[in-house]
Amino acid sequence: MRANILNEMTVRFPSLSENERFARLAVSGFISSLDPAVDELSEIKTAVSEAVTNCIVHAYRDTVGEIVLQAKLLEGKRVYIRIKDKGCGISDIEQAKTPLFTTAPEEERAGLGFAIMESFTDRLKVVSRPGKGTTVTMVRSLKTRKASDGDKNKGD
Amino acid sequence: MPCKLFYDAESRSLLAELSGDIDHCSAKGLREPVDKEIMTRLPLHLILDFSGVGFMDSSGIGLIIGRYKLMNDMGGDLLITDPCPEVRKIMELAGVGRLCRVIQSGHRSFSGGVKL
Repeated sequence: MRANILNEMTVRFPSLSENERFARLAVSGFISSLDPAVDELSEIKTAVSEAVTNCIVHAYRDTVGEIVLQAKLLEGKRVYIRIKDKGCGISDIEQAKTPLFTTAPEEERAGLGFAIMESFTDRLKVVSRPGKGTTVTMVRSLKTRKASDGDKNKGD
Repeated sequence: MPCKLFYDAESRSLLAELSGDIDHCSAKGLREPVDKEIMTRLPLHLILDFSGVGFMDSSGIGLIIGRYKLMNDMGGDLLITDPCPEVRKIMELAGVGRLCRVIQSGHRSFSGGVKL
């Protein structure tokens, strides 16, 4: 990543369902200095929620493992989010990304997780090794709402 | 309570007022009381009121599809009212409009007389 990193954070938490909310709020708090618009904030929270839910429902199905959530603020109002697990991995990523495809229909999963992550971010990268885990990386640029926000060289 | 239920016997309508965040964690707690009421009352119409929902991810879509299927199996229909713009966007992305009507009712809930 060539852009300068203005701020970063890493949180680690077990794959408990109540941590879906925690993960959204952690990212929401972290990017609040960028003053995101309501819809942007909601979309980023949704993308994070989908990725973390995947770790809980799929990667660590029937077990509890560690999820690592990393976020960075990059120059140019760009938000970088990486969500990593050491769970079961995905053997066919393209299939997993297909809207409505799910391996957990009994849980009423809609099969839209990756489709929503893709729609709500500018870049989505999924790297996975079966048996080793999955890393989802998302980048989203925020709109510049004030002319003064366009100045990228605000010291850190 | 994340879900308040009202039943109107005259129109055989069940109104479920959902509130809070809908994610994988909370969906189960919303699904169970609604389904229990559907199986007890056998309503013709299920109205899911989203006006109190501030956040929803694809778990909410699963919740809608599941209730749609149940109502469909029981010979009833589903109506969704008053999602906020952010929630509506996810519904549109998922094509919820192909399953049921999504309307802005303009007024908060009823307790005994919705017009369908």
